[in-house]
Amino acid sequence: MNSFWIILTGSLVAASCGFLGCFLILRRMAMLGDAISHAILPGIVLAFLFSGSREILPMLMGAAIIGLITVFIVQMLHQSGVKSDAAIGVTFTALFSVGVVLVSLYTQQVDLDLDCVLYGEIAYVPWDTWQFGGMDMGPRALWGVGGVFLFSLLIIGLFFKQFKLCAFDPALAAAIGIPVVLFHYLLMTLVSLTTVAAFESVGAILVVAMLVVPSATAYLLTDRLHIMLFISMAVGVLSAILGYFFASWLDSSIAGAMTAVAGLLFFLAFLFSPRHGMISKMVARRKIHIGEA
Amino acid sequence: MNIWLALQDPNTQWVLMGCVLLGISSGVLGCFAFLRGRSLVGDALAHAALPGVCLVYLLTGSKSIGLFLIGAGVAGLLATYCITAISRHTRIKEDTSLALTLSVFFGVGIVLLTHIQHSASGNQSGLDKFLFGQAASLVFTDVITIMLVAAVLIVITALLFKEFTLLSFDPGFGRGLGFPMGLLDGLLMLMLLMSVVIGLQAVGVVLVAAMLIAPAVTARYWTDKLSKMVLLSGFFGALSGVLGTLISTQQENLPTGPTIVLSATAFFLFSLLFSPRRGVLARMARFLRMRKKVLREDVMQALYERLEEQTKSRPTSVYHGFGAEQLAQKCGKRATAVRKALYDLQKLAFVSEPSRTEVETLWTFTPEGLKEAHRLVLNQRLWDLYHMNQNQYHSLEIDVNQEELAPQLSDATLSLMLAQLNAYDLTPRLSDHHSVSHLLHPSKQGGLSL
Repeated sequence: MNSFWIILTGSLVAASCGFLGCFLILRRMAMLGDAISHAILPGIVLAFLFSGSREILPMLMGAAIIGLITVFIVQMLHQSGVKSDAAIGVTFTALFSVGVVLVSLYTQQVDLDLDCVLYGEIAYVPWDTWQFGGMDMGPRALWGVGGVFLFSLLIIGLFFKQFKLCAFDPALAAAIGIPVVLFHYLLMTLVSLTTVAAFESVGAILVVAMLVVPSATAYLLTDRLHIMLFISMAVGVLSAILGYFFASWLDSSIAGAMTAVAGLLFFLAFLFSPRHGMISKMVARRKIHIGEA
Repeated sequence: MNIWLALQDPNTQWVLMGCVLLGISSGVLGCFAFLRGRSLVGDALAHAALPGVCLVYLLTGSKSIGLFLIGAGVAGLLATYCITAISRHTRIKEDTSLALTLSVFFGVGIVLLTHIQHSASGNQSGLDKFLFGQAASLVFTDVITIMLVAAVLIVITALLFKEFTLLSFDPGFGRGLGFPMGLLDGLLMLMLLMSVVIGLQAVGVVLVAAMLIAPAVTARYWTDKLSKMVLLSGFFGALSGVLGTLISTQQENLPTGPTIVLSATAFFLFSLLFSPRRGVLARMARFLRMRKKVLREDVMQALYERLEEQTKSRPTSVYHGFGAEQLAQKCGKRATAVRKALYDLQKLAFVSEPSRTEVETLWTFTPEGLKEAHRLVLNQRLWDLYHMNQNQYHSLEIDVNQEELAPQLSDATLSLMLAQLNAYDLTPRLSDHHSVSHLLHPSKQGGLSL
């Protein structure tokens, strides 16, 4: 049963990250996702310190606020003439450092250790259950991730057309009157929420892997956005399942193993994708050569 | 612990020395990475170093920094290759391939690290210091290694300074001159990798990239010359290294990486706000000054044009001057702003308030003010003329960012333009206060009569 909860949580994390990741990589904001996932650490710690508990709501709020602040700071630095990659680098390392310092200073109050910040503790998920009205409702992390996943499905589902247009052609979207900036910040809010919900399970840095790797894999396999979303989620879930068994075989971090498996799946797609893979491209080139001769 | 006591400890001195050199070398190299738009590559290299370090430990069981350097270096090279291969051979963009490589390598590193920790050979403690850095764990031989590598990096940079400058600003031109730009780019990457690797132990995998980015960005605020920027950046790097290490010794259980990064960020924030030319405050002050100046000039123009209309339509009528409301209407600004500008102009002795009704104060020019306003209006109308007839004047080399047009023109063009103004009936004629002295000095008994 514990394995089931772990795999289920991992799959939900992977699916919700993979879902949002598609929009991130289409808008070329993968590194902004990286920045957000690092930067929410101080938000989480502050929410801990203020609320004194691991309640999911204050953490989500803290993270959403910090995530938006991060995006805003990056934007502001960029506008004041710092190159955007340097702006991202300065912002997220600074915020992450603040988070690490806070964790180190308040180790007694904050029930978080630095390792778990980095790669989470999904193995403990089944024991941390949510009691509601005296009933055991299952792992708390599962509810958090599931809730956020449903929320982002709802938001993206409602505004799918707008998000799609913003992802592919922001200029056109702006021209026909879609508030591009609003949708940008909305997407970033969703990313922050998902990141913080996934944080306990997979940690700050591996969230990035879950955001980027499955969606990049899907990007190699299809040219249609909604198919890409499904493939991305499927790849995420698959890496969660395989990662769990890989980790128990190696006796190592589950989140790390999930990432490694996702990387492996990406590598397979990189080689064998029917249209964009290395092998098929090589074959195509061969054919051209033969045709010329 | 008292800072001065800590400073007297020879061990601390060694650690500090290591951090200084580290700061200098990463600051210097960070400049080139920053200018090449490669700031985040350092981040990817650092994250990729983790599996390298862990593999070396798994294979050899030793924790010597020299071996770790090699492992991290190899992993970093592999990561660099992956980043370029993915973005070159597929349609995946550079940023995605960067994030992808970074996170997958780091994930593999975490798998190896936790595997080592769980298999607990007892000797593994300290390996996780690589995550956030612990400068205090540096021993004498480590510092020697760091010093050697840093010295080599600094010397190479000094020797190849010209080539790297070319690479940062105009690689195409460099290739044209016959420099092996690809090779130099590779060398720069390798050097970045080395500086990241020697920083791992002090600053940690997660944050070492900041040592490449923050000092360089900070230095950029203070100068426009690369040589100065490199020196400043090295200086800021060294300073943050020292400061961060000292702060972290003050508190048990505080890793060095974040404190070093936060010191570097503090310098950055200071520069962001207070840099004399590019700083936020300086720019804001410049902006406000400019806005005030433009407002003053607008008000003067409005007053001038009102006066012009008056003399044209009713040359003999009684003249009281103009109120702020009227002027605000003319130039499309708010009346309060116009009123403030008028008081400013009064201080400059460009306008005076000849009469005052119960409702408002009426303003007109002083002789100097009229001359100044004439100059402004003439300049403005020349610009308008230039923009209206750009087909005619496009061959002229005009810097449209300059304030004044007339000094940029030859005498012939200027007289042509003045003639054209005349043809449009736009020549500002109220230049000399003798011709309009009756407008400037109305009698005290409520207006003047001619």
